[in-house]
Amino acid sequence: MIEVRLHGRGGQGAVTSAELIAISAINQNKYAQAFPSFGPERRGAPVMAFVRVSDEKIRLREKVYTPDIVIVLDPSLPSIVDVTAGLKEDGWVILNSSKDEKTIRKMLGGYKGKLAVVDATKIAMEVLGLPITNTTMLGAFLKATGLVDKKYLEEALEHRFGRLAEKNKAAMARAMKETKLYT
Amino acid sequence: MGKRVAKEVSIAIADAVKLARAEVIAAYPITPQTHIVEHLSELVANGELDAEYITVESEHSAISAALGAVATGARTFTSTASQGLALMHEILFIAPALRLPVVMVVANRALSAPISIWNDHSDIMAERDIGWIQLWAENGQEAVDLVIQAFRIAEDRNVMFPTIVNIDGFTLSHVIEPVELPDQEEVDDFLPPFKPKYKLDPRKPLTMGPVGIPEIYFEAKKAQDEAFKNSRRAILRVWKDWAKRFGRVYNPVETYRTEDAEVVLLINGSLAETAMTAIDKMREQGKKVGLMRFRLWRPFPMQEFRKAVSGIPVLAVIDRALTPGGVGGPVATEVRSALYNAARRPRVVNFIAGLGGRDVTVEDFEEMADRAAFYLKKRPKEAYEMIGVRES
Repeated sequence: MIEVRLHGRGGQGAVTSAELIAISAINQNKYAQAFPSFGPERRGAPVMAFVRVSDEKIRLREKVYTPDIVIVLDPSLPSIVDVTAGLKEDGWVILNSSKDEKTIRKMLGGYKGKLAVVDATKIAMEVLGLPITNTTMLGAFLKATGLVDKKYLEEALEHRFGRLAEKNKAAMARAMKETKLYT
Repeated sequence: MGKRVAKEVSIAIADAVKLARAEVIAAYPITPQTHIVEHLSELVANGELDAEYITVESEHSAISAALGAVATGARTFTSTASQGLALMHEILFIAPALRLPVVMVVANRALSAPISIWNDHSDIMAERDIGWIQLWAENGQEAVDLVIQAFRIAEDRNVMFPTIVNIDGFTLSHVIEPVELPDQEEVDDFLPPFKPKYKLDPRKPLTMGPVGIPEIYFEAKKAQDEAFKNSRRAILRVWKDWAKRFGRVYNPVETYRTEDAEVVLLINGSLAETAMTAIDKMREQGKKVGLMRFRLWRPFPMQEFRKAVSGIPVLAVIDRALTPGGVGGPVATEVRSALYNAARRPRVVNFIAGLGGRDVTVEDFEEMADRAAFYLKKRPKEAYEMIGVRES
């Protein structure tokens, strides 16, 4: 079983990202669950969302405490939230940032593990015209982990966004190209 | 055959209500039930569900309108949570006495104060004695199945009692997971149209809910109690039929790895799934532990429960509600009472956990099982213990 924790700010679509990953995995005939860090939604406040993906039935209703993958949608979050908390040793941090590797690792408290970085805010502004980074970050997630197939994620985007899907697919594809992996 | 889809459980429940061809929905939105009724109102507005959606000004009105609707012979659904269920309280007793088989999903949530929108079982435990059939779902699939079954159970001529399906707020209601929705034809075949023997009809006037003077009230209540207890047979029949058609088996008391178990945990609702993962882990370590939960909570499945606990040394009941100043949590109190006159009965230990959305983890379940094992040799001193509360 692979556990994912997403960090974002209210309004950036962390919950939607979590849902899209789970929907893709389920449509790929795997088992998955996605759920928000239940609470009143407040725009701009730090929020979390969780995903589990497994080949077997998932019988777990607790939050994700020891993720295999952490996705951070907002570049300002690592300085106020411990995004690497509980991360497994060979886990991934997938981060929206315009900074270089050294600065990011320092910001993550000397994090030494696997890191994927993309300037998702820039891509989202250029492709979508909005600083909503959730679908862009899915591109970085795809490149780093390959946990679900791109095809299924695209289908999920089409289903969710309708006529806006093309732009979101383009943002995701561009992020896949531009994401840098440091392992 | 049904189709396996990824759905938020609330949405899947609304789809199940649609598959059941509900004719009237009367509801007032309240977290965490909101997505269920929002989606139903969409389905009605889009013409996908041919039903009357009655928007009301409160839960008191929601249940009142629902009872009026079902009294005219319309298949009726409502849903609520927490304070909303509490506001329905005085009307809830009227439904079973008038034998009005409305179906309600309760997205279980804590009661104020402090204000909490999060999950526990305080809301439904305060409504234990309303005389409704009460069922528990552990996951999205069961929620869908139970909602469809609930209409057939409630409307069965040998039952005619309102029915609640409990689902954990957020912990279940807001989770996206795989669910298999049966086909419309399959549901139509399983669930015939609602045809009550008596209904409100201006062409054939009758009275529902007259005064019960002392000469008749007691007899009316005895008749209600007898009929309620007898609904058990119909419930079992419906589950047998469901298993035959859909291959998914439902029992009044569900057990998991209880064979040869020395300690059995008992918890209702979706956290039973987390408990199963804990049980698997502990079994691998050679610990003799198992799990039990009530699928059917009312009418209380005395026969099945006594059979299920027979030979178990320690039963650890995990309550998700508090009975302030009482002798234990509401489930434990009931369980102890049910076992008092049993020839062989387990030692009953009671834990209170997960109030107001506090996470109950695999580790918490392991701790409870270990603590319960301690009572194999010793009697507990306290009526109950709280798990997961910060002491400093």
